[in-house]
Amino acid sequence: MTFARPKINLPGQKVNEIGLALRDYEGALSTLCAGCGHDSITAALVQALWEMSIQPEQLIKMSGIGCSSKTPAYFVHGAHGFNSVHGRMPSVATGALAGNRDLVGIGVSGDGDSLSIGFGQFGHVIRRNVNMLYLIENNGVYGLTKGQFSASADAGSTSKKGEVNQMQNINTVATAISMGASFVGRSFSGDREQLVPLIKAAIAHPGCAVLDVISPCVTFNDHEGSTKSYSYIRDHKLRAVEADLISPRAEIKASYYAGDTHPVRLHDGSTILLRKVDPDYDPTRRNNALGYLERHRAHGEIVTGLLYIDQNVTDMHSQSRTTSMPLKAMDYERLNPGSEALMELQKGMK
Amino acid sequence: MPATQSRINDFVLKIATVNGTGSASANGLLMKALFRMGVPVTGKNLFPSNIQGLPTWYEIRANHAGYMSASGRVDVMVAMNAQTYQKDLDEVSPGGFLVYDSTWPRDRQLYRQDITVLGVPLSKMCNEAFSVARIRILMKNVAYVGALAALMDIDLDVIKKLLEETFASKPKLIDSNLKAIMLGYDYAKENFTCPLPARAETMGDNSGNIIITGNEATGLGCLYAGATVGAWYPITPSTGVMDSFSDYCQRFRMDPESGDKLFCIIQAEDELAAAGMVIGANWVGARAFTPTSGPGISLMSEFIGFAYYAEIPSVFIDVQRVGPSTGMPTRTQQCDVMLCAYASHGDTRHPILFPANPHECFEMAVAVFDLAERLQTPVFLASDLDIGMNDWMVPELTWDDSYRPDRGKVLGPEDLAKMDRFVRYLDVDGDGIAYRTLPGEDPKGAYFVRGSGHNRYGAYTEDSEEYQDIMDRLLVKWETAKTMVPDAVLSKANRKTSLGILAFGSSDGAVIEARDRLEAEGVHLDYLRIRAFPFSAEVVEFLQSHDTIFVVEQNRDAQMKSLLMLEANDIADRLVSILHYNGLPIPSECVFQGVTRHLKLKKEAVA
Repeated sequence: MTFARPKINLPGQKVNEIGLALRDYEGALSTLCAGCGHDSITAALVQALWEMSIQPEQLIKMSGIGCSSKTPAYFVHGAHGFNSVHGRMPSVATGALAGNRDLVGIGVSGDGDSLSIGFGQFGHVIRRNVNMLYLIENNGVYGLTKGQFSASADAGSTSKKGEVNQMQNINTVATAISMGASFVGRSFSGDREQLVPLIKAAIAHPGCAVLDVISPCVTFNDHEGSTKSYSYIRDHKLRAVEADLISPRAEIKASYYAGDTHPVRLHDGSTILLRKVDPDYDPTRRNNALGYLERHRAHGEIVTGLLYIDQNVTDMHSQSRTTSMPLKAMDYERLNPGSEALMELQKGMK
Repeated sequence: MPATQSRINDFVLKIATVNGTGSASANGLLMKALFRMGVPVTGKNLFPSNIQGLPTWYEIRANHAGYMSASGRVDVMVAMNAQTYQKDLDEVSPGGFLVYDSTWPRDRQLYRQDITVLGVPLSKMCNEAFSVARIRILMKNVAYVGALAALMDIDLDVIKKLLEETFASKPKLIDSNLKAIMLGYDYAKENFTCPLPARAETMGDNSGNIIITGNEATGLGCLYAGATVGAWYPITPSTGVMDSFSDYCQRFRMDPESGDKLFCIIQAEDELAAAGMVIGANWVGARAFTPTSGPGISLMSEFIGFAYYAEIPSVFIDVQRVGPSTGMPTRTQQCDVMLCAYASHGDTRHPILFPANPHECFEMAVAVFDLAERLQTPVFLASDLDIGMNDWMVPELTWDDSYRPDRGKVLGPEDLAKMDRFVRYLDVDGDGIAYRTLPGEDPKGAYFVRGSGHNRYGAYTEDSEEYQDIMDRLLVKWETAKTMVPDAVLSKANRKTSLGILAFGSSDGAVIEARDRLEAEGVHLDYLRIRAFPFSAEVVEFLQSHDTIFVVEQNRDAQMKSLLMLEANDIADRLVSILHYNGLPIPSECVFQGVTRHLKLKKEAVA
């Protein structure tokens, strides 16, 4: 069922640059379990989109199948949403953004949706560097079908029924970095302070930005023996680098650069300000990022933050030199060569 | 030797070569030369699923009456492939001719009393005349063109002109090609009685015709339809569609100032992704399509069902090849009729257009986009390898500059402003087609696309009545589709008859020829060529107004007949299948025999 949220505009509420209140970025009421990490991520998305003053109709909310894939219904009711088929969200998003490159694409997927049935499409949307936020709500478990292990479940972790997972997990962020992703981050659903700026930076990034968000499943994967529970993540989370997004309109004060901060300027003029929590972490070098992840994984630590960024990877449209105007808005007169051209062309067929 | 019948502008010339030796351009040259002489011609490739080294054949049929189908005979065989000499020899029709490369002796193998064998030392002559090994192989092919020009009276001036046009930018190549042509030509003139009874003669005027493959025409149609996004995964025999679209886009769709592309072609990771991309692009309002073949449709079926239920316009081009499974990728069939009609799980059904030749490929490649957008559903364009990859002579393509794409029921911001509220799946007009909006335009038009149960307002539902409401409306839409698809083409017999014959797609040529032959023998058939599914009213009417209806199709299981029986179940006992499914294009002989045999059996049963 979809439950509409009553729309109440309170006088005097804070509005963003385009005059919209935070409530204008909300969607239908969530039907996920109470306490689900996914709902926290939804709240972070609402906050980030509002802060960025995204026009609701410019946004497309894409998903596949699973608990995670329900969430696009729960934010920005003024945006078109697309709940596609299992593991195939990337291809629909690719087509949509091919047809209209001005849209802001957010794909919400899960570990089941992206790392098993959709592993191929996950890899290829990264390879094409389609300009979108690819957010994985990662809980290590199949919730809708009642608690089977997913491909991101850690070896040795147990299910609610007590089964032990014997297989190695697919490490989402390491995989994305190895496959050539231009932006890879990881966060925790319960850490909105970290998540909101990461989402903003990911949306501003001109390419495929992969955000892996550990999101505990309160029903099937929040018990002792789980490595994706609230308590486990809180105990093992390690911040590598923090990010802030400063829009081109905002004044950048010199003091922001003080200390161990490092600004990364995006092509749209905005700046990602990286605060290094760990001084030896450099998110612009791939081998460094992978090595760092691996070193901390060996200690059972989950590294979070902006893990890797490469501004120089061209996106799908730059690769194919598509015109800057959205193809869907192109006048038919510009697309059709007309009858004379057809006659001329056929001279070569005689 | 039997007396040889004269076959002026009525012959089949078949050339047996080895894949990858450059014979395609030599064969194209022969085909075009005949075309320029005003002779109706078709060229069919028979090629292996291989890049280099296996046997390949090219069959040119010249026919003054304009019959285009495979005829089942061979008047002149050029046997350039030692591997297949014996088979090629056997295939020549009695009274026919076989030309072979006599550089090496083949006498004992090449013996048949009822045909004439002509040896031309092609390799020897070319080895003497050319020094580079690769050139020698290529020129050997050009040399047989010369020999055939002499033997079959193909106009040498026409050939010269064609060479000049082809190599306009490389004049050196004109000389070497001409030299090779003359080697073959002079040898034949000196050693044989030229011309043979099977020969060409300048006739009518082909200036209103062109030679084109179906895939080329389909790609061109997509361009003219205003398609901007093409997503695909390479698969024989459909690859030529995207090659064509891409080539024509490079020619006509580049922004002259910036050099940017006014199109986006995506080579997907697989057919599943290609289908998803097409659906995504159409959803935002860009015309998008994917060309594929049967195995691709199998993979796309999940998305096809999604687009049916979520009502997203999408265009699927199926250039059919031989199944099941990988089957024979380089052979032709009409075996995906059922697959396309009902692709995907649950209750689904999809319109299909069946072009019969490249001319219709062009027209229908435009119509298919309009239909998909008007009906907001996946629509198939189902050609086949015979149409798609062979060279067809068809009337020139024409274009009406007043054409504008029919985007169907799309509401923009101005329309929405006049409305209290927009809902996605409400049947406002009673035709089963609801209004849609496009992302990126207006928050008031926002809705949620889903493949899960939804109601007429676009909301998620698990309510039985609400679910059924949508499924029943989709049936109303199906009825509307019957009024929108291209009409069937009826050719009445010269006199009143209770016999009908029904075909679609590339079987058309075989039926036309067989029907003329049957008429000469006193068997009269009304002919209806189906051009679309669902069947428009005239198809059902045709079925009901004939006692016996032959249904000609190129698959084993009589798929079209099954579809007809589903649509009009009281006519099952009147339908007689004529089936051809060996992977080669259906010959007219097959249709002729099928009708004759049935009528004879029926007569015997009555007696």
